[in-house]
Amino acid sequence: MGVPGATPKYTKKDFESDQDVRWCPGCGDYAILSAVQKMMPDLGIPREDIVFISGIGCSSRFPYYMNTYGFHTIHGRAPAVATGLKLARPELKIFVVTGDGDGLSIGGNHLLHVLRRNVDLTILLFNNRIYGLTKGQYSPTSELGKVTKSTPIGSADRPLSPCAFALAAGATFVARTVDRNIAHMEETLKRAAAHKGAAFVEILQNCNVYNDMAWGVLYDRESKALHELRLQHGQPLVFGPVDDRRGLVLEGVKPKVVKVKDVPESSLWVHDETDGGTALVLAQLVSPEYPIPIGVLASRPGDTTYEEILIQQEQKAVSDRGPGDIAKLLMSGDTWKIG
Amino acid sequence: MSDRVTTTPAAQKPRHTLTRAVIRFAGDSGDGMQVTGEQFTTEAAWAGNDISTLPNFPAEIRAPAGTLFGVSSFQLQFGSQRVYTPGDQLDALVVMNPAAFKVHLADLKPGGILIVNPSAFDKRNLDKAGYAANPLDDPTLGEKYRLHQVDMEGLTKKALEDMPLNAKEKDRCKNFFALGLVSWVYTRPLDPTLDAIKKRFAKRPEFVEANIRALKAGHAFGETAEMFAEHYGVEAAEMPPGTYRSMTGNRALAWGLLAAAERTKIPVVFGAYPITPASDILHELALHKRFRVRTFQAEDEIAAATAAIGASFGGCIGVTASSGPGIALKGEAIGLAVTAELPLVIFDIQRGGPSTGLPTKTEQADLMQALYGRNSESPVVVIAPSTPGDCFYMAYEAVRLAIKYMVPVMVLSDGYLANGSEPWLIPDLKTLPDIPVSFRTEKEGFFPYLRDAATLARPWVRPGTPGLEHRIGGIEKQDVTGNISYEPDNHDHMVRTRAEKVRRVAQEIPPTTINGLPEGDVLVVGWGGTYGAITAAVEEAQAEGKSVAAVHLRYLNPLPPDLGHILRQYRRVLVPEINSGQLVRILRAEYLVDAVGFNRVRGLPLASQEIYEAINQLLEVKR
Repeated sequence: MGVPGATPKYTKKDFESDQDVRWCPGCGDYAILSAVQKMMPDLGIPREDIVFISGIGCSSRFPYYMNTYGFHTIHGRAPAVATGLKLARPELKIFVVTGDGDGLSIGGNHLLHVLRRNVDLTILLFNNRIYGLTKGQYSPTSELGKVTKSTPIGSADRPLSPCAFALAAGATFVARTVDRNIAHMEETLKRAAAHKGAAFVEILQNCNVYNDMAWGVLYDRESKALHELRLQHGQPLVFGPVDDRRGLVLEGVKPKVVKVKDVPESSLWVHDETDGGTALVLAQLVSPEYPIPIGVLASRPGDTTYEEILIQQEQKAVSDRGPGDIAKLLMSGDTWKIG
Repeated sequence: MSDRVTTTPAAQKPRHTLTRAVIRFAGDSGDGMQVTGEQFTTEAAWAGNDISTLPNFPAEIRAPAGTLFGVSSFQLQFGSQRVYTPGDQLDALVVMNPAAFKVHLADLKPGGILIVNPSAFDKRNLDKAGYAANPLDDPTLGEKYRLHQVDMEGLTKKALEDMPLNAKEKDRCKNFFALGLVSWVYTRPLDPTLDAIKKRFAKRPEFVEANIRALKAGHAFGETAEMFAEHYGVEAAEMPPGTYRSMTGNRALAWGLLAAAERTKIPVVFGAYPITPASDILHELALHKRFRVRTFQAEDEIAAATAAIGASFGGCIGVTASSGPGIALKGEAIGLAVTAELPLVIFDIQRGGPSTGLPTKTEQADLMQALYGRNSESPVVVIAPSTPGDCFYMAYEAVRLAIKYMVPVMVLSDGYLANGSEPWLIPDLKTLPDIPVSFRTEKEGFFPYLRDAATLARPWVRPGTPGLEHRIGGIEKQDVTGNISYEPDNHDHMVRTRAEKVRRVAQEIPPTTINGLPEGDVLVVGWGGTYGAITAAVEEAQAEGKSVAAVHLRYLNPLPPDLGHILRQYRRVLVPEINSGQLVRILRAEYLVDAVGFNRVRGLPLASQEIYEAINQLLEVKR
């Protein structure tokens, strides 16, 4: 561990490893990598105390390109590896990088439990709605009816909302950002990294080879204005072009899109990050009926983390009865002497 | 068995001294037979006997009362000589109901003591056990066995007549009546049981009193009732001097880890998912929060293994435990530890299979899984304790080897070792081998896959070490640099290097102990929990002057370097295993010896008698 306060002044370059980046040209992952590397110096954490853990898939190559400690593990298991590392070394800053297949299909169980336990990890899920590394099968976030190599006449399963999944699992920080919006990505990632506890960020990411423009509505300036809903804590949920502002109102728990000019301002739904219930409603809004919320959906700082509870239990055990002594343990209970 | 009769005052019943006795308590799952057996074991241990135990219980938590599949039993052998097994045939059988009677009677020696609780032999229980007529009415029963019908239910109730307990609570004390009675029959001291009752029911003084009364009533019944003409003593065994305790295999594994953590000053991170018969290791470690151990009950077997790997990456001792089905799930993760070259300890508490199989019963059929149950070439070190107490040393050894060679080490225990217990000589911790650990901190010349010349181990680096930031992973990497590499010759080199690393563990294996002469007619080779049964069988044959020896392997991968030579010094090699022939296949392949197997896969330990017979059969084969 570095000495507190003595963290070197880093630049983005300090976080670039010497490995050749092997993603396809034009992949959204490049922008994410760049944003992550760029925001790292702002964390104020010594580079040696940062670890990136990933599973399998295109996104999971990420650790190789970060000049930090890194572990490229096996398919879906990064949250579990990271949990073990956190239990071993709670002082480390650990990032988990996963994708929609890795994190929600084969690794769905681990993601569920790592969020439920509130292990102090920053989890980045790159959602491109396709299996890229295996060359283009539909994923758990692909839209119903998706035509891919494994579903030549359309997929039959309904997509999952990663943010809704995370919220339902009890995540204490849930956000969504877009690979083409560097500034928003940096800002969101910084907030996620600063959160103590399990922070989950869904990054909408483009696979230009197998699922190009899956998030196209958020790329083009004109359609972005129509479809992107920027979340800001304490602000009403409004979107749309300046001359045709739309807003969301809640009728009971059902959201409804209205024209801003048609309703009193006080009736608009005001975003409250601390309310996990309404965040779950936001996470399930589906385009084109609804806009796509971007930003921090929910943030509940201050919850005790999993490892903190374990450490407290251990500290109490030691303060109550002193540190363990194996020689004494062996002699404890019923013993008898021979000879 | 009885070799002398002690002259006793006229008022007392004569006491015969035995060298050993095999007793089984059997009843319904709810009859408290496990507690009774464990407590009798403690009494025998206090009396200085050598002991071996065999708990046997149904997989169902609360099996319907009175059914055959709901029968639970606890067997032990105790003696004034070395006791290697829980015994094959019973000298005494205590049965609490018709179902237990039906399941267990066949194991009682002719002339053996049979204590039954006749009040449980009512129509309902007889029906459940499938008896048309009460078997206790069969006059030949009393001719074949020394039958004692003791109304344990009624006598317990009577002893507790004035106690403020309901009928059910009173009835639940009858196991202590049985224990008191058998303690009298075998002259075991009641003191440890009195202490245990006080501890067990510390919060319910009325239960303390009731159980103590039942215990003493049983004891007094033996002394005064006319039906028991004599009782037995078993002198203290000649055992190495020192302080002893009773030890089960699962507890020994847990404590071995604690000892390794204390020696290395590196915490153990233990990831596990509940599974019979491995869960007790998790329970045991979870009790010891004051020690260097952090337990993690994971969401599944894979998470348990991968969390342990994450902990190892972080510079802790990553350990995971399971039984066969769980080990199958951990396979890919173990492969990751192989290629990431991280220390990882895996306990496999083998049980009957395939699939769910026989969850509470023992088996030795995971050897091939331990050796080969992963994709591609992914060698791991495999070791196996031979007795419950040996589990302590093998857990410690697993940590030592895993760290020294930066490899996964699989420890093959089994249901019999896990739950069985033996008197265990408490070791002086100073006598345990050292476990040197050196985390790399030197930046100069660092590469993640730089290798130690003697062990081929790569450096262990704790994240947090400045200047040594590096990446590892499951993709094939170039030796030394650790950079991703798909180069054909590099892959071939890495496959060989990972294998060679495991092979070099052979330099850690002490010379193989041969029980018997260094050459002869038959060599019996075993591994794991069959140690006791094989030793008893071989020593019986040796006592008859037969040319038989035994070696028991604690290291299965790599095998001991001297094993090939030893195998060739005997005319025949016999390999008893609780599987369809796994070690025997390896020995044949590895050494081109014509070894033959002796295989029974019944969910039970091998009986020494059947191994003894297999030895004799092999001896009879003409030269």
